[in-house]
Amino acid sequence: MSADGRFDDLAGNATHWRDGEPVYDRGDTVCVIGAGGTGLTAIKNLREAGFGVDCYERETGVGGGWNWRHDRSPVYASTHLISSKPFTQFPDFPMPDDWPDYPHHSQMLQYFERYADHFGLREHIWFGTEVARAEPVDDPGGGPPRWDVTVKGSRGGAPRTMRYAAVVAANGHNWAPKMPDYEGLAEFRGKVIHASQYKDAAQLRGRKVLVIGAGNSGCDIAVEAAQQAAKCWHSTRRGYWYAPKFALGRPADQVNDRILAMRLPARVRQWLLHRTINMTVGDLTRFGLPKPEHGILEMHPLVNSQLPYYLGHGDVLAVPDVKHFDGYEVVLADGRSIDPDLVVMATGYVPKFEFLAPELLSSDASGRPRLALQMLSRTHPTLAVAGLLQPDSALFTLSHWQAVFIAQWLRVLDAAPDRAQAVWARLRVEGDRRYTQAKVTDSTRHWFEVSHFVYLKELEKSLHELEAVR
Amino acid sequence: MTTRVMRSDEWADPPKPVRREVLDAQPPGPADPAATPVLFVPGYGHGAWAFAEHWLEHTAQRGFPAYAMSLRGHGGSGPAPQARLRDYVHDVTQVAAGLPRQAVLVGHGAGALVVAMAMARYPVRAGVLVAPVFGGLGTAFGLLGRNPVGTLPGIFGGRVTLGREQLFSRALPANAGQAYAQRLQRVPGAAQRQLITRHQPEAPVGAPPVLVVGSPDDRVVAGSALEWVARRYGGSPLLFPGMGHDLMLDARWQEPIDAIADWLGKAGG
Repeated sequence: MSADGRFDDLAGNATHWRDGEPVYDRGDTVCVIGAGGTGLTAIKNLREAGFGVDCYERETGVGGGWNWRHDRSPVYASTHLISSKPFTQFPDFPMPDDWPDYPHHSQMLQYFERYADHFGLREHIWFGTEVARAEPVDDPGGGPPRWDVTVKGSRGGAPRTMRYAAVVAANGHNWAPKMPDYEGLAEFRGKVIHASQYKDAAQLRGRKVLVIGAGNSGCDIAVEAAQQAAKCWHSTRRGYWYAPKFALGRPADQVNDRILAMRLPARVRQWLLHRTINMTVGDLTRFGLPKPEHGILEMHPLVNSQLPYYLGHGDVLAVPDVKHFDGYEVVLADGRSIDPDLVVMATGYVPKFEFLAPELLSSDASGRPRLALQMLSRTHPTLAVAGLLQPDSALFTLSHWQAVFIAQWLRVLDAAPDRAQAVWARLRVEGDRRYTQAKVTDSTRHWFEVSHFVYLKELEKSLHELEAVR
Repeated sequence: MTTRVMRSDEWADPPKPVRREVLDAQPPGPADPAATPVLFVPGYGHGAWAFAEHWLEHTAQRGFPAYAMSLRGHGGSGPAPQARLRDYVHDVTQVAAGLPRQAVLVGHGAGALVVAMAMARYPVRAGVLVAPVFGGLGTAFGLLGRNPVGTLPGIFGGRVTLGREQLFSRALPANAGQAYAQRLQRVPGAAQRQLITRHQPEAPVGAPPVLVVGSPDDRVVAGSALEWVARRYGGSPLLFPGMGHDLMLDARWQEPIDAIADWLGKAGG
C-alpha cells in the first residue's frame, strides 16, 4: 500500500511549523513504532483503552523479527520457541490447543497475523514507513511533552512530520548484530558470520565449525552443526545452566513456575530447581564445560535439551573462550589451537534507537537505556519503550502487560496529572532496580534481564495503583 | 475490581485439550470479513444443539456469523469426567480466539458464568448473559424446593435432573419439552459442586458492554439472582415474562434473540 497516498488524506491541516517544515497535528493519537509482536499488542491495548493509534512499520508485514521474510529477521529455518505456550502467548489470545508445546517460528508469525486480523489492527499500521526522528515538543498548555515524529517511506520519498500525544517505541532489540573484536580476526582465512546470517543447516554441511557464544541461538547452531558439520567446537566464556525443554514429563518452564509459585524461600526454591536440573540434565563439567559460578535463578537459563546429548556423543566439543585468530587457526584461552573453516559468532545483539536522542532514554556511556519500570523514559513521561526485556520466559506475555500499563499510565497522566506525578516520582527513582530473582551479571546480554515472575508482580502492583485513579 | 496479571495456575498447569464441537451458520450473501461473530455457550447439561434449534440460524439471518459450541463432556465435544469451571473457560477462550474477528459471547445458564469468567481472559466485543446461573445456596435451595427428587442427588455428588416444567413455559408442547429435557446430559460432580457457592467473576477485560437477559418466570434462576448479576455489570435485566429457563428453546424463542440482535446493533457489535 502506498504510504504517500494515505498521508495526503490526513495531512490537510498543517497547524504547526518546525524548521520551516509543516507539522500535522494528530491530536490525542499515540504513535507506535514497529508492528512486531510488541507493537501489535501496543496498538491493541491502546485502542482498547480508547486511544487513537498510528503505527509505523518499515517492513510490509507484521511480526517483526518473527517474520522470516523481513531482512532484519534473526530466525533460522529450525527456530522453535524456548518457552512453552502459556508463557509465550498474549494472555488474552491463547495459542491453539492443537499446536505443540514449543511452536515453530512460522507458527509464531501465523499467530501474530491472526492477532492482527482478529482485533482489526492492520488499518492502524502504515506499512513500508520508517521513523527517522521522534523529538519532544513542549505543550503550550503546560501539559506533558508532545512528540514530533518524522517518517519516510522505507524505499525513499519525502519525509513528513506528525505531532503525537505520546510515543511507544516497539522497535525490537534483536536485529543489530553485536560483533566481538578479536585480535587477528580481520586476517582470519576462514569464513566468519554472525548468527543473524545463519538461516539453514545447509550452511554447515561438511564444514569444520566453531560456534562462539552460549546464547540460545549459539546452542541451537552448535546442535545443528553436530548433526550436519564435519566437526563442531562450541566456545563459551563461562559456565551456564542448561535447562531441558521437558522435565518430569512436562514442559520444563511449567515445572519451574510450579516451584516459583510455592512461596518458598529463595534458597529452597533454588535448591529444588538445582535438584530438578541434576535429575534431568546432570553434571556437564565432565564434558569440559565450566561449572556455573552463579545460581540457577541469577541468569536466565539456556534452554536446550539436545546440547548435552551431543556433548555426550562427542559431536560437540566444548572449548573455552577464544584468545585470538591467527591465519587459518583460532587460539583458545587454554593455549590450544583449532582450525575451523567457518566461525559463527552467536554473540547477540545490541539495542538501537536511531530515531531518539540518547538522553531521552537516560542512556549511559555504553549505550544502555535506563528506564523506569524498564519501559518509561525518566525525563519524558509520554515516551515509553515496550518489549525491551530479556525475560526468563517469552517476551509477549510481558509486553502485553506493559502495553496495558502504558495505556493506563497515559490515561492517568491526562485525567489526574497530580496523581501521575506521584506515581512517576516513585518509578523514576526505581529506574536502576533489577527485576530478577537474584543478582545478575552485567554484560550487554543481561542488560534487560528480568524474571517474568518478579517483573509481572511489580507491574501488577503498579497497574493496580493506576487503576485506583478514576 | 482490579486487573489480575499473575496466573501461576494457568501457567504451570494449563487445562488439558479436548476435542470440541463447534456448529456455525453464516449470514446470507457474500461473506463480510469484518463482521462480528457471535458465539453461543450452552450451560450445564446442554450442548451446541440447544442453540442450533433456533437461535443459530436466526442470528445468521440477522447478519452475524453465528457459532455454537459444546463444553467438554457435552454434545459432540470430547469426554471430560473430571472437568471443572476453569476447563470450560479454557474451551470458550480457545474457540473465541479461533474466530476470524473479535467475538460476542452469549452464555446461557451456567454457561453464562463460564462466559463471565472467560470475559476476564479474552476481550469480548460484547457479552450477553442469558438466564445466568452464578451459583449460590439460594439457587440450590430454590431448585431443591421446586424439584426435590431431581435436585437431592446433586448434594451427594449425583446427578441433578431438571424437569420439563422447570425449563419451559406451558406454551411449549409437552412432547417437545420432554424431548429436550431428555437430551440433557450428566454434569461431572466436581463442576456441579462448584455451583454451590456463588461466584463473583473477575471484571471483564477491555470494559465491554454486557447485557443480562432472563425471565421473571424462570424456575431455575430467581428474579433476585437475575437482578444481582445485572447490577454487577451496571444495568438491569432485560425481561421476557412468561418464558421458562431455556429461552432459546421455549415457544417464544424469537423474542429474546431479536432483542439481543437489536442490542448488539446498538452496542456497536
